[in-house]
Amino acid sequence: MRKTEIPVSENLGRGHLACAGCGAAVGMRLTLKALGEKTVMVFPASCWSIIPGFWPYSSLRIPVVHAGFVTGGSTASGVRAALDIRGDHEALVAVWAGDGGTFDIGIQALSGAAERNEDFIYICNDNEGYMNTGTQRSSATPLFAWTTTTPVTRPNENPKKDMMAIMADHHIPYAATATIAYPEDLLRKMEKAKRIRGTRFIHLLSPCPPGWRIPSERTIQVSRLAVRCRVFPLYEIENGISYTIQEQSRAVPVKEYLKLQGRFSHLTDQEIDRIQERVDDEWQHLLRKARC
Amino acid sequence: MRRVITGNQAVAYGVILSRVDVISAYPITPQTTIVEELSELIGSGRLNTRFLKVESEHSAMAALIGASTGGVRCFTATSSQGLAYMHEMLHWASGARLPIVLVNVNRALAPPWNIWSDQSDSLSQRDTGWIQLYCENNQEVLDTILQAYRIAEAVRLPVMVVLDAYVLSHTSEPVEIPTMEEADSFLPPYRPEHPLHTGQPEAFSMIATPEHFMEFRYKMQKAMEQVPAIAKTVDEEFRSRFGRGYGSIERYGEGEAEVLLITSGTVTSTSRIVIQRLMERGVSVAGIKVKRFRPFPSEEIYEEIRGAKKVAVIDRNLSAGVGGIFAQELRASLYSKEERPQVFGFVSGLGGRDITPELIEEAIRCTIEHHRPEEEILWLGLKR
Repeated sequence: MRKTEIPVSENLGRGHLACAGCGAAVGMRLTLKALGEKTVMVFPASCWSIIPGFWPYSSLRIPVVHAGFVTGGSTASGVRAALDIRGDHEALVAVWAGDGGTFDIGIQALSGAAERNEDFIYICNDNEGYMNTGTQRSSATPLFAWTTTTPVTRPNENPKKDMMAIMADHHIPYAATATIAYPEDLLRKMEKAKRIRGTRFIHLLSPCPPGWRIPSERTIQVSRLAVRCRVFPLYEIENGISYTIQEQSRAVPVKEYLKLQGRFSHLTDQEIDRIQERVDDEWQHLLRKARC
Repeated sequence: MRRVITGNQAVAYGVILSRVDVISAYPITPQTTIVEELSELIGSGRLNTRFLKVESEHSAMAALIGASTGGVRCFTATSSQGLAYMHEMLHWASGARLPIVLVNVNRALAPPWNIWSDQSDSLSQRDTGWIQLYCENNQEVLDTILQAYRIAEAVRLPVMVVLDAYVLSHTSEPVEIPTMEEADSFLPPYRPEHPLHTGQPEAFSMIATPEHFMEFRYKMQKAMEQVPAIAKTVDEEFRSRFGRGYGSIERYGEGEAEVLLITSGTVTSTSRIVIQRLMERGVSVAGIKVKRFRPFPSEEIYEEIRGAKKVAVIDRNLSAGVGGIFAQELRASLYSKEERPQVFGFVSGLGGRDITPELIEEAIRCTIEHHRPEEEILWLGLKR
């Protein structure tokens, strides 16, 4: 067995307010290990607006700028401009936004920033819904999933928006997917992003135990299965064209991933088959892009 | 240096002379020539400023919120729909206590589409915690921008400098432009109290529970209450350096007038002529120009109108269901006073319709001839 090489430094302190088993808490901890203390993080509204703690206490050991829901891309552009004007080119600007703040309400500001190739790392902490407000559907919610606005009598009718493709089409220097089940891969991608200038996008899948209806000890297992069943492949896109897929082992049936989660417990076999077909199609599509 | 320039060019000169670090803006008529002029000046190397050409007004203000939190001097300009689109972020800028300066070129809000002068855009942002300063001419526009940064940075509140569409924005007037050295001696570099620094793990604009939130708002109100005294000092210093000052209000015309006319923006310039002519004909009338709308100069106005029997207010704006907004503010400020003149609230010039000397005279005559206003809203120049 290989020993992991995760830095011992911690920039997430005690006393944060994340739920038990929160994927976003582990994700933040790992992310900050990679980005380091010379990071300024911008938080448009998401679970992480709450998790650091209430005024006057913060569990984060880096300066943070909380921002309006829409404004991850725009507020970070301004923070970067100010640091540049002040001559602080060493400081790294990062955005930590949810899927709502990225796929939905914040997509205009993010697209504007990416088109201008603003110099920051944008991390989309994707828990596939509006979890901070009690599990409402977002455009990152998977097909047929239960949420409080897509009840089992009328589950989510639309497949998840392909945010990585949208970001790739902005021809930003770097975009990558990551999950906390593959921490070395996550750290390597964050460190790689840190070395690049321009807009870098990390799509981080973060299981949400209360929202996904999973026991809190299953977060890592579910994250790993998301990759292994190819619902959430691990890959990188450089300059919008050059694709590299990290994990290409033989796929596990998507049913193995779905059956662990209460949000999919209402699915019929037919619906599971349709999800499997989509996953297979998207995988082939990704392979074609990687071969080009 | 004296040059003949438009109101929008005066804005650009004010921004250069203020040594603004970050500009973030999105084009909208009639603001556009401001950002065009600034782009030219940055392109020619005369301005060491970062210009973020963002994809919306919402992002324009959000980017400045990020930059101002980062500790640098910031500027944007907009109009009408753009200002309305910024609304959420206007609250954020004042709540975060950021000394951002915004120029709003007054323009009507749609529908129907209309690109002409109307103060309903800026006045509908009156509760956002921004200081609001209205300008009468292009010289005042330039001078007010320099003053705005001094006030904003002293009280840590954002300032909106307001000028009328076309009547100022696209009309040329002779303007005295201070030298960079003169401007520098009046406006020192911005030194933020709490700049953002890596290695200093502070959280900006974080969540505050009911236990703490109210005190943040109390401090904001206290900062607003400091504005009259600070603005007065800044204006006096400006006058001593440049020979020009504006006050929060300005009274002109007869000393002991029976009727007072209250206006803001360019309507004041026309009113000055009308009042002069009426005085020559023996009419007892004077005018008050209101420059600062927020915080409303209640005491300053009261000192000037307490002896008068009647006050006419001409509003180039409408809060539907209520009437003119300056008139409403004035009525509210008078309620607790002992001497309360009758307030005649005229609404005129919406969507850029000219407020002519004849209409202003009609308003004054109506006020003289009636003991009290016959209606809450007196429509001036309306086609019935």
